[in-house]
Amino acid sequence: MANVTDKRGIERRGRILTGSAVALVVALVCTLIFMVCSHGLATFVTDGIPLGSFFGGTTWNPHQGDASGVPLVGALPMIAGSFSVTLLSCALSLPFALGASLFVVDVAPGFGKRVFRPMIELLVGIPSVVFGLVGLSVIVPWTRSWAGGTGYGILSSSIVLAFMILPTVTSLATDAIAAVPDSYRDGSFGLGCTRWQTIVHVEVPSAMPGILTAVIMGMTRAFGEALAVQMVIGNAAQMPQGLLTPAATLTSVLTMGMGNEAMGTVYNDVLWSLALVLLLMSLVFILLVHLVGRLGAARNG
Amino acid sequence: MNQSMSRRQFFSLAGVATIAGLGLAACSSASGTSGSTTSTSSSATSAASLSGSITAVGSTALQPLVEAAAEQFMTNNAGVQITVQGGGSGQGITQISQGAVQIGNSDVFAEEKLDNPSDASKLTDNKVAVVGMGPIVNSGVSVSDLTIDQLKSIFTGAVTNWKDLGGDDADIVVINRASGSGTRATFEKAVLGGDKVPETFTPQEQDSSGTVAKMIAETPNSISYLAFSFFDSNFKALSVGGVKPEAANVETNDWTIWAYEHMYTAASPDDVTQAFIDYMLSDDVQGSLVEQTGYISISGMKVSRDVNGTVTKL
Repeated sequence: MANVTDKRGIERRGRILTGSAVALVVALVCTLIFMVCSHGLATFVTDGIPLGSFFGGTTWNPHQGDASGVPLVGALPMIAGSFSVTLLSCALSLPFALGASLFVVDVAPGFGKRVFRPMIELLVGIPSVVFGLVGLSVIVPWTRSWAGGTGYGILSSSIVLAFMILPTVTSLATDAIAAVPDSYRDGSFGLGCTRWQTIVHVEVPSAMPGILTAVIMGMTRAFGEALAVQMVIGNAAQMPQGLLTPAATLTSVLTMGMGNEAMGTVYNDVLWSLALVLLLMSLVFILLVHLVGRLGAARNG
Repeated sequence: MNQSMSRRQFFSLAGVATIAGLGLAACSSASGTSGSTTSTSSSATSAASLSGSITAVGSTALQPLVEAAAEQFMTNNAGVQITVQGGGSGQGITQISQGAVQIGNSDVFAEEKLDNPSDASKLTDNKVAVVGMGPIVNSGVSVSDLTIDQLKSIFTGAVTNWKDLGGDDADIVVINRASGSGTRATFEKAVLGGDKVPETFTPQEQDSSGTVAKMIAETPNSISYLAFSFFDSNFKALSVGGVKPEAANVETNDWTIWAYEHMYTAASPDDVTQAFIDYMLSDDVQGSLVEQTGYISISGMKVSRDVNGTVTKL
């Protein structure tokens, strides 16, 4: 009988331990959201900057006021810059990620599991400053040599980002394709389809929700990456005019400015507003992942 | 069923309680940043005359000097623990104004950072060194001397080709410093002289001095500006109006692009902090360490300058 109460005690202790771990994580997330919101909204509430001039303005120069002394804090160039590098880097990395996943699932599963997978996961562990430095000393001069311009810009940063999100997209896409039941493949082969036909008409369509999830996770990472982008994009707060002219992203302006501005000043508050935009965007990405997952589940029954 | 209910109740209760607790904590310190505390080991030592701990936060440009001085100071005073952190001048001013640290390091006057300049009067300004800054260009640029007016035309976008300045026919690649950085504030104050940069001119920006040095070395036709201590042979430092970027010229104000490095303390700092500030201004630091780390000694200055830019001969 004593044994039973003892087991109950263990049960309860376990519950408290795991429960408090959950509570801690939830509390941490809530506190962070509260902090970003309270600072980010201060721009509009306390400093009285109209929403329209923040989201619609194209001039970012907080230390210089317009005619009536309101700081010039148009965030549109950075929002546009963030979306440009995110979409372009995904477009660059997806073909490689998809090709590699198909190869390691269908062509050489043994090699994929033993060699390729650990190799690609190694990329995740490389600090982003290393990617930035490689970008600065290899990719920027390379882009400059064939495309002209200064080399700093959306193209260079998209290439750097494409490398950075490659592991995320590849491993998730590999999982998605590997999860396609073998009976689908067998059925397709049984009907006389070639491997290519099977891949194009059976495997990729049925793995589509998983592949989309991989892309969105890649986008989330690209959208939030700061240091490497900041080193190669040029950080010119102007509307992106092309792939080869310097631009800026939300994160690059944020990292450059945060340490330089005193807390509570309007210059600091607008940076928090940029952080709030970033937070909202990650929320959108997460919702998208869930939506895609639910759609996929519904379609596959 | 019953069990799962109770588990859910437990989670929600615990969650709500923790959130409430942390939320309150966050409210009370919402304006502060990660107030990192130092682990001090001063309690047990009694031999040293001084004991206590100091946290200095702020300017990354000043950080190497303060770190080096702190190391020497701690060797001489075993009971003192000094932690030096970066974070930028804005951080330094914020934290010392809030009383979160003992010393706030800054490249600029506190009056220029704070929304309400009268808050600066609650702080004591200790100018511990002078830093000279100068324009630098890629080694391939043939120009080696520019006037202040020419610099101004480059950094306001009025001149965009090196040929207008006596160089080759090539577009000028301007690499500016982050808006709000101490280096940029100093440079613009000296070069633009209060004029504004037109909104249409948006050059590249870069925050870290090390990255700027690398970019200028590798980008043809580029121009930027750096503190003297970052000068090296991978790029070319320009003269301005015939004056070379040297410490001796800063001391006489012939070279006008320079700034004080400030270590702000509270109006009446504690004994340990005051002792460390005194040490920073003593010959031990000013005579040797300052020059070794690439700054200009405050005691060598033949002029002084106030927050409004008024220069007086000493």
